[in-house]
Amino acid sequence: MRMDGAEVLKRTLTEDEAAILEAWYTSLREGTSLQSGRIREAELQTQAKAVFGQLRDGLSSGGVDADAESYTPLRENLADISRSRAVQGFTPTDTANFVFSLKEPIFEALQRKLAADASALAAGVWAAGKVLDRLGLLTMEVFLASREEVIGRQGQEIAELSTPVVRLWDGILALPLIGTLDSARTGVVMENLLQAIVDEEAEIAIIDITGVPTVDTLVAQHLLKTVAAARLMGADCIVSGIRPQIAQTMVHLGVELNVISKATLADAFALALRRTGRKVARQQAAEERR
Amino acid sequence: MGAAVTVSKTETISVRSGDDVVRVRQRVRALAIDIGFGLIDQTKIITAASELARNTLDYGGGGEVRAERVQAGTRKGLRLTFEDQGPGIADIEQAMTDHYTSGKGLGLGLGGAKRLSNEFHIESTPGVGTRVMIARWK
Amino acid sequence: MDRIPILKLGGTLIVTIQVDMHDRLALALEEDLTAMIARTGARGVLIEISALEIVDSFIGRMLVSIAAVSRVLDAETVLAGMRPAVAITLVELGLELAGIRTALNVERGMALLKARLPEDGAGHGSGRDGLED
Repeated sequence: MRMDGAEVLKRTLTEDEAAILEAWYTSLREGTSLQSGRIREAELQTQAKAVFGQLRDGLSSGGVDADAESYTPLRENLADISRSRAVQGFTPTDTANFVFSLKEPIFEALQRKLAADASALAAGVWAAGKVLDRLGLLTMEVFLASREEVIGRQGQEIAELSTPVVRLWDGILALPLIGTLDSARTGVVMENLLQAIVDEEAEIAIIDITGVPTVDTLVAQHLLKTVAAARLMGADCIVSGIRPQIAQTMVHLGVELNVISKATLADAFALALRRTGRKVARQQAAEERR
Repeated sequence: MGAAVTVSKTETISVRSGDDVVRVRQRVRALAIDIGFGLIDQTKIITAASELARNTLDYGGGGEVRAERVQAGTRKGLRLTFEDQGPGIADIEQAMTDHYTSGKGLGLGLGGAKRLSNEFHIESTPGVGTRVMIARWK
Repeated sequence: MDRIPILKLGGTLIVTIQVDMHDRLALALEEDLTAMIARTGARGVLIEISALEIVDSFIGRMLVSIAAVSRVLDAETVLAGMRPAVAITLVELGLELAGIRTALNVERGMALLKARLPEDGAGHGSGRDGLED
């Protein structure tokens, strides 16, 4: 029975190709994809035509199993289309409708051709539903995965942008942290800082946490890992910008920061200068002595 | 994890000597690069693999590593399974709490391997053997 | 079997680890270094690892062991040039390289060792103020 459905469907797609495609184009044209201007009609039609052909090919040898080997070209094509839709900012509905809107034209064609043969009509409709539903779902899955990837990448970029490493002086770096420190962000922060230590040949890295709202055990752990890694590479760290409330919270939580800490970035900088053998002297003194 | 995991490539490496541990590192590196892992991720999984391969050799009396390229939905990953027919671990929980005391060989590196991986799974029966699986996803 | 070469620069021994070491090579290195410290009376050991992409607990223990043995023979050990990826991984592993000082590169490492020695001599007793600690 199942093979019949695929056969019926395939024959209908072949014999009634022009009509079905035309109806599909119309439906797509009326959809919001074109109206939002994100894609042009010609491009949409080209995509539709290609998908149509691949659908027919898939039916030829794969029956109605859209996951079968013979449907691979079609699945890959739909995945590509879906991914580009996701990146271009289409809505999930628009993307899914690309596939689902093909159903109605097909049902109409089946009805036109098989009005007299009820069982063939049923088989054809069933087959079309099965295949297109599966393909529609696959399209959605790829769309969602792509969206997640975009969001992930944007998150990464935000993390990187908000953790610039500043060269305060020869061999002294500062890392002003702003915002919450979660594991993902800490990873990026750590990498940036450590690479900067190598690039700048830093001796001391000052991690300023004035802009970090809360420091709980987890955040402290992240900080300590960063400090430990920097130490293994031969650079010393100083943590600065610990607000009074944070200091209290840390003590109450039993968090021990195994690193030198200073209240302000300025204090930390002064210490770093001393540690690296520098001294800041006021010019006036020399002049006054004249 | 919702999507089913499919395996697209499998490689088995025998671990019978110190040289084999080096080979495991090299093969895992090649696979990790192939999958497209970044440098940090590469380093983490190669190091974890090195720890577990050494365990297989030192505590398991030798065994083998199965490296699989896996896929779940659109995510790609690397799954490594270390298997031996050695004495097994009686108290797994205890073994997982490692203490890398300087100079001594205490701690089986299991805790470390777990921290370096996205997935970690261990099965062991005293007198029968041990199987450890780790995975890292892109 | 190839052994890792050890260079002598004044009172310091320098080792560059570039290859993916297997057990025998690591043990040989430890033996060679120990012998050479004893023979030359070196006061400093600089281990350069900027080419090491992987440091697992075995290598870690070897490094700690070298540092401990060196100390017994009155030499300081400095580890130079660790890669960021290696540092991050070691921290995650929980491996504490206790007793080893670290430096960003060879230059800094040598400076570190020099600062700890009364003079950069051959190490067989300077006869000057070196013993007045």
